[in-house]
Amino acid sequence: MAGTMGGLKLLTNSAPKILRAANGLPTKSLPCVNYMAASTPARKYSIQAPVSKPEGRTLCTLIPGDGVGPELMQAMQEVLEAAGAPVDFETYFLSDIQPMLSAKVDDVVNSVAKNAVCIKGILSSPVTGDRASINYQLRSKLDLFANVVNVRTLPGIQTRHKNLDMIIIREQTEGEFSSLEHESVKGVVECYKIVTAEKSKRIAKFAFDYATKHNRKKVTAVHKANIMKLGDGLFLKCCQEVAKLYPKIEFDSMIVDNCTMQMVSNPHQFDVLVMGNLYGSIVDNIGAGLVGGAGVVVGSSYSANSVVYEPGSRHTFSEAAGKNVANPTAVILCGAKMLMHVNLQYHGSKIYKAVEKVLKSGKSLTKDLGGQSSTQEYTYAIIHALQH
Amino acid sequence: MAGAVGRLNLLKLTQNHVGSLTACAKPFGCASLGIEPTQQRRWESSAHLIKSLPKAKYGGRHTVTMLPGGGIGPELMSYVREVFRYAGVPVDFEEVPIDPSNDSNEDLEYAITSIRRNGAALKGNIETRSLSPNVISRNVAIRNELDLFVNVLHCTSFPGIQSRHSDVDIVVVRQNTEGEYAMMEHESVPGVVECLKVVTRANSDRVARFAFDYAKRHGRKKVTTIHKANIMKSSDGLFLAVCREVAKDYPDIQHDDMIIDNCCMQLVSNPHQFDVMVMPNLYGSIVSNVICGLIGGAGLLSGRNYGYEYAVFEPGTRNTGSAIAGKNIANPISMMNSAADLLHHLQLENHSVWLREAIDKTINVDKIHTPDLGGQATSMDVIKNIITFMQAKTKSSTFTERIEFRQASVI
Amino acid sequence: MASGVFRRLLPINRNYCNVRFASTRTVTLIPGDGIGPEISAAVQKIFSAAQVPINWEPVDVTSVKGPDGKFGIPQAAIDSVNKNEIGLKGPLMTPIGKGHRSLNLALRKEFNLYANVRPCKSLDGYETLYKDVDVVTIRENTEGEYSGIEHEIVPGVVQSIKLITEDASRRVADFAFSYAKANGRSKVTVVHKANIMRMSDGLFLRCCREASKKFPEIKMEERYLDTVCLTMVQDPSQYDVLVMPNLYGDILSDLCAGLVGGLGLTPSGNIGLNGAIFESVHGTAPDIAGQDKANPTALLLSAVMMLRYMELGTYANKIEKACFEVIREGNKLTGDLGGKGKCSEFTDEICKKVESS
Repeated sequence: MAGTMGGLKLLTNSAPKILRAANGLPTKSLPCVNYMAASTPARKYSIQAPVSKPEGRTLCTLIPGDGVGPELMQAMQEVLEAAGAPVDFETYFLSDIQPMLSAKVDDVVNSVAKNAVCIKGILSSPVTGDRASINYQLRSKLDLFANVVNVRTLPGIQTRHKNLDMIIIREQTEGEFSSLEHESVKGVVECYKIVTAEKSKRIAKFAFDYATKHNRKKVTAVHKANIMKLGDGLFLKCCQEVAKLYPKIEFDSMIVDNCTMQMVSNPHQFDVLVMGNLYGSIVDNIGAGLVGGAGVVVGSSYSANSVVYEPGSRHTFSEAAGKNVANPTAVILCGAKMLMHVNLQYHGSKIYKAVEKVLKSGKSLTKDLGGQSSTQEYTYAIIHALQH
Repeated sequence: MAGAVGRLNLLKLTQNHVGSLTACAKPFGCASLGIEPTQQRRWESSAHLIKSLPKAKYGGRHTVTMLPGGGIGPELMSYVREVFRYAGVPVDFEEVPIDPSNDSNEDLEYAITSIRRNGAALKGNIETRSLSPNVISRNVAIRNELDLFVNVLHCTSFPGIQSRHSDVDIVVVRQNTEGEYAMMEHESVPGVVECLKVVTRANSDRVARFAFDYAKRHGRKKVTTIHKANIMKSSDGLFLAVCREVAKDYPDIQHDDMIIDNCCMQLVSNPHQFDVMVMPNLYGSIVSNVICGLIGGAGLLSGRNYGYEYAVFEPGTRNTGSAIAGKNIANPISMMNSAADLLHHLQLENHSVWLREAIDKTINVDKIHTPDLGGQATSMDVIKNIITFMQAKTKSSTFTERIEFRQASVI
Repeated sequence: MASGVFRRLLPINRNYCNVRFASTRTVTLIPGDGIGPEISAAVQKIFSAAQVPINWEPVDVTSVKGPDGKFGIPQAAIDSVNKNEIGLKGPLMTPIGKGHRSLNLALRKEFNLYANVRPCKSLDGYETLYKDVDVVTIRENTEGEYSGIEHEIVPGVVQSIKLITEDASRRVADFAFSYAKANGRSKVTVVHKANIMRMSDGLFLRCCREASKKFPEIKMEERYLDTVCLTMVQDPSQYDVLVMPNLYGDILSDLCAGLVGGLGLTPSGNIGLNGAIFESVHGTAPDIAGQDKANPTALLLSAVMMLRYMELGTYANKIEKACFEVIREGNKLTGDLGGKGKCSEFTDEICKKVESS
């Protein structure tokens, strides 16, 4: 019996699922409360556990980014410190637009490879110049092939659509952004889009694995195979093949233009979406727009060995730099997600709850969410919520 | 690849028998899993597909299939989760429960697909309640479907446990997919049942090679082939012959052979003469249980099943322990050892070593023993002790140290 | 308000004066598949009620096997559009399977339809989450990602080429600015991704910058594709006319249609060197075909766009006004707009309004 097991309590992952199903709640588990959802035992040998706290300190690479990045990172670090998270940061200033101050990309890559976790602000890429952007270099050198954006409605933020919760997964090492361009004759530029079976299968498997891990029910592949019959056709075919390995997850596909239309008219039909590079960039931003803008959406990029957290939609918001008005929610939630990734669920969910509490109370919101507070006031409100 | 050939041979053999033996009421082998031939092909093709896919490891975190099985299985699994969480192990589990009372193989198929996707699994013993002859053991089905052709049981004595022999250190390498367990039984005329034992050269070759490789990599001196070639001259004879051939490629490793009945006697009288043992399927089952008994019971050792693509880790002696389920007295050590094997396989070398140290300390130093070892402790007491040790170890480490992989010897 | 929507499309047509003075003009009508024939009939009915001086020349575009063994549009249809230089087209279905060319693509190629114009405007009477949407997307239609140049380099590796040429970019940029000017719009937003695709989108951007110099009265702004997507769903009112390469246009035009209630309400026009084709871009809806449930609004509004293009603005305004009124009143709405009306009832209601005005 559960009670006889002594002081330590146990948990199984299936408990929240079973319970939620039994209560008629959606079985989709929210990533932030994945380990926190159950409160009563589903089986007699499992009881809800106190959340684990590995004792060691974690080292995390930090790239503040351009624009408002450094301010937001400061806010995030303050919140993490207030939550007592045992994390140390290794900060590298990296920038395309201020090359004099920038650290070497290789140093940063080594640091991320060593630490396995990284939080990164948004780096702006200059339009001119023919060097590959730092973003691209980071991605290709670390092989960060999968970008995940969780589009989820946060409480207290006024949006047109309510209760959204979808995952947008984007392949980001090939496709349109492969930086292969040339001018074949004067006035005619060719830009290559590369699609390979290997990477398509890899991203498809990632999407299905992600869906499996987070108890999602459906994966939708977004493509344009009706026009790009070979390229996107290959992508779609790979998704269909991989889908066969996941009989419990529904699979369907949607053409990208229809998908964008459905995103704004009926976004609740989506669960997990998987797509190529360019489509991902479009759908990510639409999704971010749906739930309250660039300041509140968390993104993460995965390779096999490391993960980089960054705000979900990539805008540097440089016009607001130094004005203390930017919204640090996305960056703070990046920090929380990073904590959960390194088994610090206790701290991660504590921060998540504090952020939700502040947003819900609606008092100390930043301007983009219709409030009057500065970045700093908002951050202090979260720290205050953490301690109470 | 030798593996594919062996598998193909076995399948062909199976199919031949399905075709030729008119007396058989039901089809055998894989077909008796309830899988239609077309479905079988689909499985084969998905097996082919999965080879081109990476395993489920993202951002340094692994996903591993967890098959809790019956009896004490779910209990032990929850301990593993608990230890992993407290130690900050970057492993997530995809739990696939298999309903033992259901005759349909849907759960089982899903479990196999899941292992194919994730590459590795931690497994309790799965019950197969049905006695109907066309439902084969699910444990066997998993091994056959994933082509986990070799089972490795590393038997070492625990100094903290009272047993007849101390300092036993034997590695049992067992052919895992054919032999007597080829699942080909039929009633040729009423009252006469034939059970086919299948030995193939290809399968024998790869298991022998595995044994010698293992011996070489781990600095072992001797490989002993266990057989019954004096009676079963062709089948066990083939196995023995293949072992002798393979032994020629490993001049540094001493090779001898022993007949199974003699072997059992030698084991209980003088187990120290053995180093690495390699044998067909059924003998493996016998020998591993004998050795487990020698060093202190079923609850201590872990077994590892390897194929070319996948690895499945389970407690060493395959029994469900339904009688003690839910009583908080099951010995969690075997499952902890399996978990350590899993961590080693995932190249999470630090964690693996810490977990083994924690087990060693709990059993041999702190002497926290469950009733099956003659102690008074509950399962939770053992786990608590392990967690305390693991937490202390992780204190001085960072996440990256925890996921850092040392140069690990393969398997 | 109704008259302000699409005041006039710019007559780009070189041979425009040839048809200008004819009293009754001929327009090729491609009814299309599925619900196409019904909604085409509805449009014809409304046009005759409004006494528009147009002769319809219906053509069948059912695929025929061409000399190269592939299926494509029949020559008669091509000749008809070539002669009339203007067409109205219902939804077409491209048969799935090898050897079928997309008919839409074929028409596009045949008539060099280089610019696709889609005005999206919130309609009174049909509630969506977004109000006051009034944007026009102009999309380069001949090249870019959909150039159709794809090949498999080695098995499992496909390379498709996005082609951007100066000619085509300049052509569509010029069109966008002159459209903005002719329709009383004040701003053109160039949507690009030149931070990543520096050469190809960079070229497009450069052409737009050059074109904007010729139209100093029109404001020009440059936005990244991501930013447009993000802000479009947050606050669409900040955009006016958008011009962009093929793929972005394809996606954004549907996105904008989603903002105002779907493809059933948005007209579309394709402007080309050899003619112009106006079409409804929604699907063929085979499930409701022949049941008198289809919504003819998109095709009707496309026809209205066509009238403006033909400088028959008075008729256009009359029909558009009637259509918007019927939607605002909301009595006869079809099923897709949440009403219970039939296609024929909806059409009759518009006819009544047209006749009484």
